Amino acid sequence: MEHIELFFKSIFIDNMVFAVFLGMCSYLAVSKKVSTAVGLGAAVIFVLAITVPLNWLLDQYLLQPGALVWLGPEYADYDLGFLSFIMFIATIATMVQLVEIIVEKFSPSLYNSLGIFLPLIAVNCAILGGSLFMQSREIPSLGLAFNYGISSGIGWFLAILAIAAIREKIRYSSVPPALRGLGITFIITGLMGIGFLSFGGMLTGGDEEEKPATKIETTLKKVDVEEAQKEEIAKNTKTIQ
Amino acid sequence: MGLLSKKDAKLITDPLADNNPITIQVLGICSALAITAELKASLVMGIAVLFVLGVGNVVISLMRNIIPSKIRIIVQLIVVASLVIIVDQVLKAFAYELSKTLSVFIGLIITNCIIMGRFEAFALGNGPWKSFLDGIGNALGYAVILLIVGFFRELLGSGTLFGIPVLGDPIEKTGLYATGYENNGFMLMPPMALIIVGLIIWVQRSRNKALIED
Repeated sequence: MEHIELFFKSIFIDNMVFAVFLGMCSYLAVSKKVSTAVGLGAAVIFVLAITVPLNWLLDQYLLQPGALVWLGPEYADYDLGFLSFIMFIATIATMVQLVEIIVEKFSPSLYNSLGIFLPLIAVNCAILGGSLFMQSREIPSLGLAFNYGISSGIGWFLAILAIAAIREKIRYSSVPPALRGLGITFIITGLMGIGFLSFGGMLTGGDEEEKPATKIETTLKKVDVEEAQKEEIAKNTKTIQ
Repeated sequence: MGLLSKKDAKLITDPLADNNPITIQVLGICSALAITAELKASLVMGIAVLFVLGVGNVVISLMRNIIPSKIRIIVQLIVVASLVIIVDQVLKAFAYELSKTLSVFIGLIITNCIIMGRFEAFALGNGPWKSFLDGIGNALGYAVILLIVGFFRELLGSGTLFGIPVLGDPIEKTGLYATGYENNGFMLMPPMALIIVGLIIWVQRSRNKALIED
């Protein structure tokens, strides 16, 4: 159950592009044609599915406070958390290189379609972001980390596919000249993000969103009640006078 | 300017408007927009990038002749990651609340495309002083956009600037709120940042027709 929940949550609610703006650079640069967008999207899913679980292992057994306890009880006090940025990015950069070499060796056809995007991916914020969010959201198990990697990759894939399709079609409409190209892409992404906000209630049934709203209402009501009481008191004092 | 020659001054002023990293070069949007709901967070993010890009550009420029070009991306990533760790530790020590709001986005400066983009395009081919100016200029151009977006989002979304209420009190109905004005909570949602940047691009390109894309 928690697997399904995490899966849909990372695709729709916490979508990499629309909710946290990760990987926007390549999202904007490579979304002019659907075919290249598909290639990059597939590469992102692939790399996220490998790096997030790997970095989860690193985090669990090396970086977290007390994670070194498997070396012996005297290491329990160590906290290497400050090293996480450098460890994560090094893992990502080496994994990307490794994947590139392996793919080139065993599947030249896949390499031809994915290959040019792989070096781009090492510096894609979505990849490092996936690992950092995995760390800050404290994902509890390796399976879930793998799931999180794949599903946030799929979310990114969906986003770049959608924007590429829209950009192919928008060429035929008359956009104001100053907005053409980049400007309209930003605004469309914003509108798509607003659309994706509506998925927010999918898992919680809207509970999470309603709580702060009711709080505000109650404070307003209190003020109203107080004012009404004041008015009543004022009226009463007038009648007494 | 006595200190800077005309060419050097151009390195700083160009990225502020006509070659802005966000609106023209389309770099570094990744970690920028999610934190612009408050002006304070935008300012801190701007300063963090200023430090990382300024120092990083100098370091890479000093090392440019000894880095083998095959592994340069990894070398660059290590340099940025070390600088970002410094920023992160300083923020955690002196502004803990703020570092909680910025959460993973400080870490994401590492993969901020502005930084890699400037390393590749400028620092690898120019001397340290010029690279430093280029880094400062681009980071300022980035910070300017963050501050504009942050200004509008905080003003229209919560009626405050740097956390100080400027439009009156929404509950007591003073100031502008007395005339029936309401905060637009939608401005605090992430998608509005994109739309505001889109509008900034629109304004900028209408003023300077040379920037219009086909």
